[in-house]
Amino acid sequence: MTALLSIRNLSVTFATGRGPFRAVDKVDLDVAPGELVAIVGESGSGKSVAMLAVMGLLPWIATVTADRMMFDGRDLLALSARERRKIVGRDLAMIFQEPMSSLNPCFTVGFQIREAMAAHLDLSRAQRQARAVELLELVGIPEPERRLKAFPHQLSGGMSQRVMIAMALACNPKLIIADEPTTALDVTIQAQILDLLLKLQKESGVGLVLITHDMGVVAETAQRVCVHYAGQQVEMQDTRGLFRDPHHPYTAALLAALPERAQGRLLPSIPGIVPGLADRPAGCLFSPRCRFATETCRTVPPPRAGAELGLALCHTPLIAGVPQRREFAA
Amino acid sequence: MLKLILRRVALTLPTFVALMFVTFVAVRLVPGDPIEARTGERGIDPERLAALRHELGLDQPVWKQFLDYVYALLHGDFGVSIVTKTPVLHEFLILFPATLELALCALVFAVVLGVPAGVLAAVKRGSVLDHSVMAVALAGYSMPIFWWGLLLIMFMSEYLGLTPVSGRMDLINYYFEPVTGFMLIDSLLSGEDGAFSAAVAHLILPTIVLGTIPLAVIARMTRSSMLEVLGEDYVRTARAKGLSPLRVVGLHALRNALIPVVTVVGLQTGTLLAGAVLTETIFAWPGVGKWLIESISRRDYPALQGGIMLISAIVILVNLIVDMLYVAINPRIRHG
Ligand SMILES: Nc1ncnc2c1ncn2[C@@H]1O[C@H](COP(=O)(O)OP(=O)(O)O)[C@@H](O)[C@H]1O
Ligand code: SF4
Ligand SMILES: [Mg+2]
Repeated sequence: MTALLSIRNLSVTFATGRGPFRAVDKVDLDVAPGELVAIVGESGSGKSVAMLAVMGLLPWIATVTADRMMFDGRDLLALSARERRKIVGRDLAMIFQEPMSSLNPCFTVGFQIREAMAAHLDLSRAQRQARAVELLELVGIPEPERRLKAFPHQLSGGMSQRVMIAMALACNPKLIIADEPTTALDVTIQAQILDLLLKLQKESGVGLVLITHDMGVVAETAQRVCVHYAGQQVEMQDTRGLFRDPHHPYTAALLAALPERAQGRLLPSIPGIVPGLADRPAGCLFSPRCRFATETCRTVPPPRAGAELGLALCHTPLIAGVPQRREFAA
Repeated sequence: MLKLILRRVALTLPTFVALMFVTFVAVRLVPGDPIEARTGERGIDPERLAALRHELGLDQPVWKQFLDYVYALLHGDFGVSIVTKTPVLHEFLILFPATLELALCALVFAVVLGVPAGVLAAVKRGSVLDHSVMAVALAGYSMPIFWWGLLLIMFMSEYLGLTPVSGRMDLINYYFEPVTGFMLIDSLLSGEDGAFSAAVAHLILPTIVLGTIPLAVIARMTRSSMLEVLGEDYVRTARAKGLSPLRVVGLHALRNALIPVVTVVGLQTGTLLAGAVLTETIFAWPGVGKWLIESISRRDYPALQGGIMLISAIVILVNLIVDMLYVAINPRIRHG
């Protein structure tokens, strides 16, 4: 597979006041052209930080390391900041969780949409304006000419997110990263925005990394799913396999807590909380909450299983809900 | 928008009423009166004293004096100077361009240096540069104007001989009639060789002295405002478009960060005019500041009252303009 995005062992460490904090720990990700990959996991599990690292948008206190970070045949790690800026915003775009605060209050919607085109595309002013109108129509905003002259505070949250989607699409990207694009919106319009995003993805054939809490959406749309827990990627499977036979106990717990037929809008809750900087267990990070935890789990970090077991980060990955005891060298 | 302006204008009316009262009282709280100030130790014969007092209206009860003063003011009459016998407004208008020129130069100096310094400090926060900018700003803010002015004169004028010690112009070498009252412009209009550079040379030290405190305030305000803005989501969005750091910081962040800075600059006009009084005295700068100080020593009540009223009116007006500007540059208010 010639992956559009291919990441190996991505780690991000923040230099915080209380010492280094590893927010993302050895995460892998592959996205093929036109593919929709979902990333799920509780808040604080490093989903946003991992994707911001790919975009190169983390603050300076963050240190990013990876064995590989290839996008569209180019090594993002080897690119200079200037070269990377030619890719980011053109071939690689991102939609954020908070649409209202993600638009600059001092500039019109039109200015902000045309700006990305001006930076990356060889279009005249009139062409950029025409394309901006076209984009607003595409994302379902009525009276596009008038809306282009509006300032962000004159838009609702849903409108703002439509504008953000238009902005992301402006330069015909190859991959869009959508970080919980509906979480901050009214429940009534969440589905509209998500449907719009999925429709546009299908039509344009753009790759999409969708960070979401909505397991129902994952089940219906994603080709593959990555499950993150406390900065680690604990499982990755194609969607069908994941829902049929989760191999990591955390995934299993997520699915088990899901209401019948996976209609839950929010990530189902399971007992306990994600460990922070202070209370990180020595062994498996999930061990304090895992019903299969053993003494080994609590003291020895688990190895990664093979692809047939969903790359599960577990001493005893599940098959059909049953832990598989394996021999390993301690 | 128009409603907003009218409301703000209406709000300044009580301020003016209070001002009239305060200037009237404050001027009279200075010990002595205009006649004593002029006769000094020599004394004066009682009949002449009474005549003078009557002529100046000082024999009237104080409340009557106040009402006369308010009545005249409402008719746009700022009185006549006791000393020079010319209308106060006339004197003020002749002297004000000098003060305005100095204040504008100081403001430009403060903004042109202060905004970039604050932006750089914010972008490189925690660096040596940041700490140096903040240390210099603190020093500038705490520097007494008089002391700072004398220090600069001693070093730049006396020791290095780079700049003139005082005044607005080298009057021995150049003479031309004021046209605009702004020496920088008039010297150019005069067509005399070297007149403009002489005008600039005279402006340098007063500009630095008067601009130092606003410079420090603006640099600190820009830095903190910028630091806040740099953490905003929309700055991340701008970076996510692949824009250059210059555009992200200089356009997306700075445009937002300047909103509170404009207010601070507006508030500095009061400080600036107050500072001008001291600066003009240090540098023998023939502006309204020096004139007011002289009027105090002469107990020239009308000049003092009128001068303070006019300066206050200007400060209020500038603040009004700044309020409008704040609205104009802040889309969230403009399109409420
Ligand atoms: N700028 C930052 N400085 C320090 N810690 C951060 C920063 N940004 C995120 N983190 C931490 O990284 C962890 C992962 O955050 P995030 O990726 O936002 O989680 P989520 O999976 O909910 O998107 C969190 O514990 C968060 O506190
Ligand atoms: S390693 Fe142990 S504690 Fe961790 S998920 Fe697997 S079984 Fe549970
Ligand atoms: Mg997040």
